[in-house]
Amino acid sequence: MEFPHDLKYTSTHEWIRMDGNRARVGVTSFAAQELSDVVYVDLPEVGKEVQAGQEVSVVESVKAASSIYAPLAGRVADVNTALKSNPALLNESCYQEGWIFELELTPGAPAQGLLTSKEYLKTLEGEK
Amino acid sequence: MPYVSHTPQDQDAMCAAIGVRDPRDLFREIPDAVRLSRINLPGGLTELELSRRMRELAAKTEGTHSFDSYLGAGSYEHFIPSVVSAIVSRGEFETAYTPYQAEASQGTLQWIFEFQSLIAKLTGMDVANASHYDGASALAEGAMLATFARKRPRILISETVHPEYRRVVRTYLSGLDVELVEIPMLAGGRPDWEQAERLLDERVNALLVSSPNFFGQLEDIEVIAPRVHKAGALLVESSNPIALALVKTPGEHGADVSVGEAQPLGLAPAWGGPYCGWFAARQELTRRLPGRLVSETRDRNGRKAYVLTLQTREQHIRREKATSNICTNQGLCALTATVTLACLGPEGLKEMAELNTSLSHYAYDRLLEIDGVTPFTSGPFFNEFAVRFPKTTQAINLKLLKKGIIGGFDLGRIRKDWAHACLFAVTETKTEEKIDRLVQEIKACLI
Amino acid sequence: MSHLTREEPTLAELSRPKKRAVKFPRAACAKDSQPLIPAQYLRKTRPRLPELSELDVVRHFTRLSKLNFSIDTHFYPLGSCTMKYNPKRNDTLSTLQPFLWAHPAQPEELSQGILEILYELEQALVEICGVRRFSLQPAAGAQAEFTGLMIVRAWHRDHGNDKKIVLVPDTSHGTNPASAALVGYQVQTVKSDERGLVDLGDLESHLGPRVACLMLTNPNTLGRFEVHIQKIAKMIHMVGGLLYYDGANLNPLLGTARPGDMGFDIVHLNLHKTFSTPHGGGGPGAGPIGVADRLVPYLPAPLIGRDGGCYFLEPAHPKSIGRVHAFYGNANILIKAFIYIKTLGAEGLKRVGEASVLNANYLLTRLEKIFHVPYPGRCMHEFVVSTLKENPHGIRTLDVAKRLLDFGFHSPTIYFPINVKEAMMIEPTETESRETLDHFVETLETIADEARHHPERLRQSPHTLAVSRPDEVAAARTPKLVWDEPPLASPDKSPEGILALKSQR
Repeated sequence: MEFPHDLKYTSTHEWIRMDGNRARVGVTSFAAQELSDVVYVDLPEVGKEVQAGQEVSVVESVKAASSIYAPLAGRVADVNTALKSNPALLNESCYQEGWIFELELTPGAPAQGLLTSKEYLKTLEGEK
Repeated sequence: MPYVSHTPQDQDAMCAAIGVRDPRDLFREIPDAVRLSRINLPGGLTELELSRRMRELAAKTEGTHSFDSYLGAGSYEHFIPSVVSAIVSRGEFETAYTPYQAEASQGTLQWIFEFQSLIAKLTGMDVANASHYDGASALAEGAMLATFARKRPRILISETVHPEYRRVVRTYLSGLDVELVEIPMLAGGRPDWEQAERLLDERVNALLVSSPNFFGQLEDIEVIAPRVHKAGALLVESSNPIALALVKTPGEHGADVSVGEAQPLGLAPAWGGPYCGWFAARQELTRRLPGRLVSETRDRNGRKAYVLTLQTREQHIRREKATSNICTNQGLCALTATVTLACLGPEGLKEMAELNTSLSHYAYDRLLEIDGVTPFTSGPFFNEFAVRFPKTTQAINLKLLKKGIIGGFDLGRIRKDWAHACLFAVTETKTEEKIDRLVQEIKACLI
Repeated sequence: MSHLTREEPTLAELSRPKKRAVKFPRAACAKDSQPLIPAQYLRKTRPRLPELSELDVVRHFTRLSKLNFSIDTHFYPLGSCTMKYNPKRNDTLSTLQPFLWAHPAQPEELSQGILEILYELEQALVEICGVRRFSLQPAAGAQAEFTGLMIVRAWHRDHGNDKKIVLVPDTSHGTNPASAALVGYQVQTVKSDERGLVDLGDLESHLGPRVACLMLTNPNTLGRFEVHIQKIAKMIHMVGGLLYYDGANLNPLLGTARPGDMGFDIVHLNLHKTFSTPHGGGGPGAGPIGVADRLVPYLPAPLIGRDGGCYFLEPAHPKSIGRVHAFYGNANILIKAFIYIKTLGAEGLKRVGEASVLNANYLLTRLEKIFHVPYPGRCMHEFVVSTLKENPHGIRTLDVAKRLLDFGFHSPTIYFPINVKEAMMIEPTETESRETLDHFVETLETIADEARHHPERLRQSPHTLAVSRPDEVAAARTPKLVWDEPPLASPDKSPEGILALKSQR
């Protein structure tokens, strides 16, 4: 399992790719494996304002449904519509083609609580 | 003791294996304070004794087998083909568990798939689930689906919907933050669409209607459907499955959700249950459906197979976030409807519906020939209609009972000022001769 | 059943134009040319339903029945489901003509037999559970939970407390939180301790004035009797909350202990579990709801009353939570449960509880040699095991469950409760013989041996059934819930053609 160094992470297994005031969000390879075959991704509406820690999306496998939380406050600027017809992207390419949504960050909102790949790896060891 | 087959030797051997002397030793953890010496119930009966007792109780119960009955009002006496009980009573269906283990349940899973398909085809909808407790709770679940989908503060329901259904909807919605508003009924037994139009706005999740309605009237659903959709609300329509052989389907009306009571399809009135609600919807609502769903798929050898699917909607996975708390479907009752529809086919169902229509209209015409009897309902109808008597329905029904006839439903039970109104259901179980006798006896009551 | 048998076609695939099973006579009154229903109300095409002969229908469904496991044919050690034998006399005697053909709206004097049965059933359930009254109206356990929680809410509101929280243990069935949410409650989960009982410390930390109710099964889902139940009752009552009994596991306590005596205020029963009514491949069930004295006014209406030898439906109490079922509920299921209780009587019911606990402990004793047991010790009516003790190839519970099917045993409940990894929950019930239990243990020993030496045999199982490991992922990604449009059978007719319905006016 790999956790790219250029990404930020949350303890609830989201990854964040920061690009200026934009943050692209997906789930980590650990989460993708735990979920097993993803069958459906409930995407948020573009334009929706969200708070950090708020449930934004739900990822479903055959026997489980997992909430995806907004890592930071902002507005949903884009969603990965490719997941609608091909939810397996989330398993096959969780850091690239399997991204879920993109936030336009609220200016000035604190970007606290995000983890580096090393810190995230530590939380995983704790979970085991 | 019936149903426990251990011999004393078995019991001793099992206790020895466990390391106790007596099965009672296994209850030691239960505190004395909550332990009971014995429950105060009589001793058990042998099957012979019980059979006598049940026959005594049966003798104190009458019904459509012993009387000519014109009761409907949500529960109908219909012909049931012999095939139905022969199939449904098979132990492999009756004593099977919920089909969670697909390989051990292909029989149940396939007939559920067939039930879903038949309901979808009959109602003109895209998808259907594996059934609900009854038509009333299916309607309530329709209201909840609309509330979760639209997140608005109101549900509209027509006063012409079955009064007990309306009560069940009210009970179900009471846990949600949503107001139930009734569309009043006009004289003649149909709803006030003008009032509905005024109320249809951005605060409304859904309009709940039924056709035929409680009074047997066919409603102009097509007139109101575009108004419902213009307001961004959902149309939830309850129907009668036999009538659907003749009349426009909820799909043709533009309904988003179709619900109804499948009892007329092979289920006896059985003093109110078990019955079988159906729930069908348009494709885009699939992931919002409550209850069990079966999908066709392939197994690891490429063979056709059936499985429960989209289970993440359901309570056993989603817990407090489920689309509904429903856990069962009506299993055997839905199987009953499936076998009945398979037996009837399109021609049988159509003939049955035609026979209902011709006999009910014959009865309506004959009753109105009686001096002083006037129409209560005046629009087009299927197998149920209401008239007004010059005396109370209660008085007339009491006299009919003595002649071996259970009269129509006394609408005075719904509203005091309807004490002279009577709702008749006339199905294929009646004949012109029986109807003529009913008319004769009512005439005699009115002299 | 074998993979050599052909796939069973659907009704649509079996359909051939003009085949029929049922015909109706034509009414003599259908003569005139005037259509009875105006054209604008009529459907344009006839429904697309399959066309079959009577023998087609009989063979199709009989073949389908043979693809099922059932209690009549197989042992079902399903934990939490109480898959006991469904006595045949329940069916024969509940379907006597009058019980089938009584109409729910007919005058009460015509329904005295049924009313008497239901009245007596209520009395029996009251005695068995130690509560004040039962409503027999809810159509299933989940509907009973919903009804019970409506009563909880109504009672608190009546006492000026609009409480917001329902507590459930982490071993609870999914319907508990789902029903609570439906009534508008927030759900909080209470942990189990290392013995598998409600963790009293964790319970204490959740208690407060906002707690409306605690929902419990007892014995719990791990098969353990909550030995501190009276203390738990006191704790919840101290904060003004109510204690709710989920009747899923009442079976072992029949005749031995009563929820009412333990301090439960509300009790629901699943008649298809404890009281032997058939599961029917998923229903219909019945879920009577019983309450302590102070909650009686809130029960759904109508209840059944008695005046001398005459039975009647009582008018609704003004505080009643309303109706949850059109008419009176699943009356015919209730009659089956009545027959069961009458057959057993007081002694028989007690014997049911004892034998169910004896059977479960016998299995546990023999199976703890081959499976990890997360909560060791004696059990009540059911117990939970985890993975095989000797498991060099990492065989999962799913594989064991599927392999059991090959040997003619339905699998136990798997992956529940959710607080045990790789859980397998086993409940033999009282109606299984020692021979069946021994055979089941021997089979699991064989499977344990296969797990060591032939792991692929387990992972590929079942091998002997019509299908094996259906693709659930594909089904969930692109569900096919309805058959494809069957080939057009007989040509559609115009509505005028269909409606040879004529009036005599």
